[in-house]
Amino acid sequence: MSARDIILNHLRTRTDGAIPVPESDFSVMTGRGWDHDERLARFEQLITSVHAEVVHAQRSSWTQALAAILHDKGIKRLALGHEHPVACEARAGLAEAGVELVDPAREIERWQREQFERVDAGLTSTGGAIAETGSLWLWPTPDEPRRLSLVPSIHIAVLDSEAIDETFFDVIEAHGWARAMPTNALLVSGPSKTADIEQTLAYGVHGPKELVVIVRHGAD
Amino acid sequence: MSVQTYSPREFHRQAHDALGNPQIRANFRRAMDGLMDKRGDAFSDWDVETLRELGANIRLRALAKLPDLLEQLEANCEANGIKVHWATDGDEACEIVSDICARHEAKSVIKGKSMVTEEMHLNAHLEAAGIEALESDLGEYLVQLNEQTPSHIIMPAIHLNTDEISDILHEKTGTERTRNVDTMTAAARAQLRERFMAADVGISGVNFAVAETGTLCLVENEGNGRMTTTVPPVHVAVTGIEKVVEHLRDVPPLYSLLTRSATGQHVTTYFNMINAPRQAGEFDGPKEVHLVLVDNGRSNIYQDDELLDTLRCIRCGACMNHCPVYTRVGGHAYGTTYPGPIGSILMPHLIGLEETQDLPSASSLCGACGEVCPVKIPIPDLLVRLRKEAVGEGRGNVPGAGVKRNKKELAAWKSWQWAATHPGVWRSGLTMASKLRALMPAKLAPWTDYRTLPQPAKTSLHTLVKRHHAKRGQE
Amino acid sequence: MTPIKHYPPKPQKVYFYGTCLIDVFYPGAGLDAIRLLEREGIEVIFPDDQTCCGQPAYTSGYHDEARRVALAQLALFPEPWPVVVPSGSCGGMLRVHYPTLLADTPQVDAAQDVAARTFELTEFLLNVCHVKLSDLGEPEQVAMHTSCSARREMGLGDTAPALLNQLGQVELVEQVRTTECCGFGGTFAVRHPEVSGAMVEDKVDAIEATGARHFVTSDCGCLMNINGNAEHRQKAVQGEHIASYLWRRTS
Repeated sequence: MSARDIILNHLRTRTDGAIPVPESDFSVMTGRGWDHDERLARFEQLITSVHAEVVHAQRSSWTQALAAILHDKGIKRLALGHEHPVACEARAGLAEAGVELVDPAREIERWQREQFERVDAGLTSTGGAIAETGSLWLWPTPDEPRRLSLVPSIHIAVLDSEAIDETFFDVIEAHGWARAMPTNALLVSGPSKTADIEQTLAYGVHGPKELVVIVRHGAD
Repeated sequence: MSVQTYSPREFHRQAHDALGNPQIRANFRRAMDGLMDKRGDAFSDWDVETLRELGANIRLRALAKLPDLLEQLEANCEANGIKVHWATDGDEACEIVSDICARHEAKSVIKGKSMVTEEMHLNAHLEAAGIEALESDLGEYLVQLNEQTPSHIIMPAIHLNTDEISDILHEKTGTERTRNVDTMTAAARAQLRERFMAADVGISGVNFAVAETGTLCLVENEGNGRMTTTVPPVHVAVTGIEKVVEHLRDVPPLYSLLTRSATGQHVTTYFNMINAPRQAGEFDGPKEVHLVLVDNGRSNIYQDDELLDTLRCIRCGACMNHCPVYTRVGGHAYGTTYPGPIGSILMPHLIGLEETQDLPSASSLCGACGEVCPVKIPIPDLLVRLRKEAVGEGRGNVPGAGVKRNKKELAAWKSWQWAATHPGVWRSGLTMASKLRALMPAKLAPWTDYRTLPQPAKTSLHTLVKRHHAKRGQE
Repeated sequence: MTPIKHYPPKPQKVYFYGTCLIDVFYPGAGLDAIRLLEREGIEVIFPDDQTCCGQPAYTSGYHDEARRVALAQLALFPEPWPVVVPSGSCGGMLRVHYPTLLADTPQVDAAQDVAARTFELTEFLLNVCHVKLSDLGEPEQVAMHTSCSARREMGLGDTAPALLNQLGQVELVEQVRTTECCGFGGTFAVRHPEVSGAMVEDKVDAIEATGARHFVTSDCGCLMNINGNAEHRQKAVQGEHIASYLWRRTS
């Protein structure tokens, strides 16, 4: 018998018989009743409390805010996608910004050290955000691969203010995650941190040291 | 590298050493007070009892359906390209992991924090096979550099203070001595970035495995978990079989309970949900992902309705944070992978009661643990159950049951039972105790090492009541 | 353990289960508890055949022995009167553990029945008798130590403080880590004396640090433990059972 058979058999021939299946009431996980402004306020308060930066911009002119952030932080090499509308607008908006735009759509084995050492920041779109916890959610794609929001020391994330849901439970249910999950789904709730040294908070451990969220307001 | 070892058989001596170490006492007191406060603050605006009830339900539902969910998890993982392996015990699991490493000619492995791999002694196994296993979680990294094992399941280096950490980093990695936490963190970041790039295989644990979608969920703050599971070309995830949940929607309540109970956080920096290896057309992520399902005694625990509750655990550490015993002796004194209350109810099943016979009794049954457990494990009741098994009056279905069978103690309790079921004898005994109280020794160690001995009263309550009612009868 | 939400009206009669520690070491506290109940117009029945609730054997894992003793105690309470216990530990044993200990015996229904009408003393005075205490004593500060059993098994963290707060001349002060165990734990104190010793030392220090020289508790195990350590270390802290304290201050 394989280990699999042994284990499953042992579980299925339970000495004390079948375990009654309890009902679960999820109402405590949803229905917060926060309007758009309150969601935005909660999101911002929570994510900035863990040292993320939030920059507000108009939908029509957000790439100017992006250019300013790059300039202020001395970012010279920015990795970003090609196909997502956010990436396309960014590329267009940064054409004259004097920033080298790095292409992540290549086998990572070919440029790993470059990504670790010579890319100052990664820009990604986001699927949305969660007000209750101050979290962004991302579904990486070939255009915006997983490491884009992980390896460069600065992660710049673009969030539409209408895309903030109340709770994580709401995100999963409302967006039908159970129907089809991507290779990797992520919640990002701030720059990397640790409290392992005598419970003193320190930022920038292994993930990005800085997280900047550009919140876009206004209709498309 | 030899690791400083503790043994559960040496609990009394290890506890003695810890109690006499002011550094340990101070570190743990301060750390546990902080963690208790943080948990209290995190739940203050929540309906915590409703959430705990939901968490308990979700875990029980998963356990009720466990074999089916494991099959569903396997099917969905495999359909997505994650190879699933099963291991009846820790040694088998180690073999599976080292075989994967061998197939890839791996020389070095980077690890995200995983208590089950500690339980399996995976690092030692890999090193014996000539494979370097480096911990990437900062706390685990420090503990590994210091040649120790973790002393807490969430905060592995909680027994170390800032100066001790600075010394470790200086002595083992040449980092300049400093009290600046940011400087030390930056040094560790730089050291580990090289190791992430160089690793042949990344090994992680799993916080929740979702059967419905074949998703492996990992909870972390540092980013080393994402690095471990995204950078190396091969990712091996290891989990106990009980960590499955049924639906994706079961995850948010458990995630929220975990972060608030463990560190008082409303959410961790990252929540990483892995479904597949690098797909055609994708440019990063591991090309191979493996999931190792480890039994190692869990299916035994599963058989018994009372003991089953042990498997609800989501490894938050709140029980040890609130335990007055753990706070005073620290994690190493227990000498087990999992210390504190959860350790005392789990380890006997994993390594037997012969090894762990002093642990179930190392509790005053104060109940602080059960009160905060996010999935409502009745820990004090389980401690009593294990004590019953240890003296051989249980069902005998825990390895090492009966190890504390002791003719003298049994005889003493039988005498007590006889006296307590023969009230006339009992009352005579009360009278005797009163009459002989002057003869009671002043020293009755171990009680009198710390306290004076109370004297039996001149007259028992039985007698006082008789007189009292007689007097009232006369009024 | 959630506290009882629906208390019965004040009865005419109650059983009093004194507990073995009170019987042997603190009988005066037992008598004071009975006086407190009688003052409320209740007839207190003290079954003479009571011995021990069985908890020390139960927590040591000797359930066969504990069960036999538990069955004998159950037989003491045939009438449907409340059973009042001046201890959270023994009260918890009757209310929480007797039903499971006796689950596989023919007496399981009797165990459920007794469990459902078992009350700890302060709980009974406050929530059934609705006692109104008049303080006749001198002003003083006092600290309260609620046992872990009373607090967590029986859900009674508030009843004793509520009674103490009725005493107009008494200032109830709170020690740090008020909910932390004193380290008694029955046989724990002798099986793991060093850890237990460390815990009781901290508890005595915490009470001393409030400035109060006096503390009260609803459990004699805790009382023996804390008093014993205070005396051993020649600390000025001294405690008594809350029944004695309340009786003395109100009569």
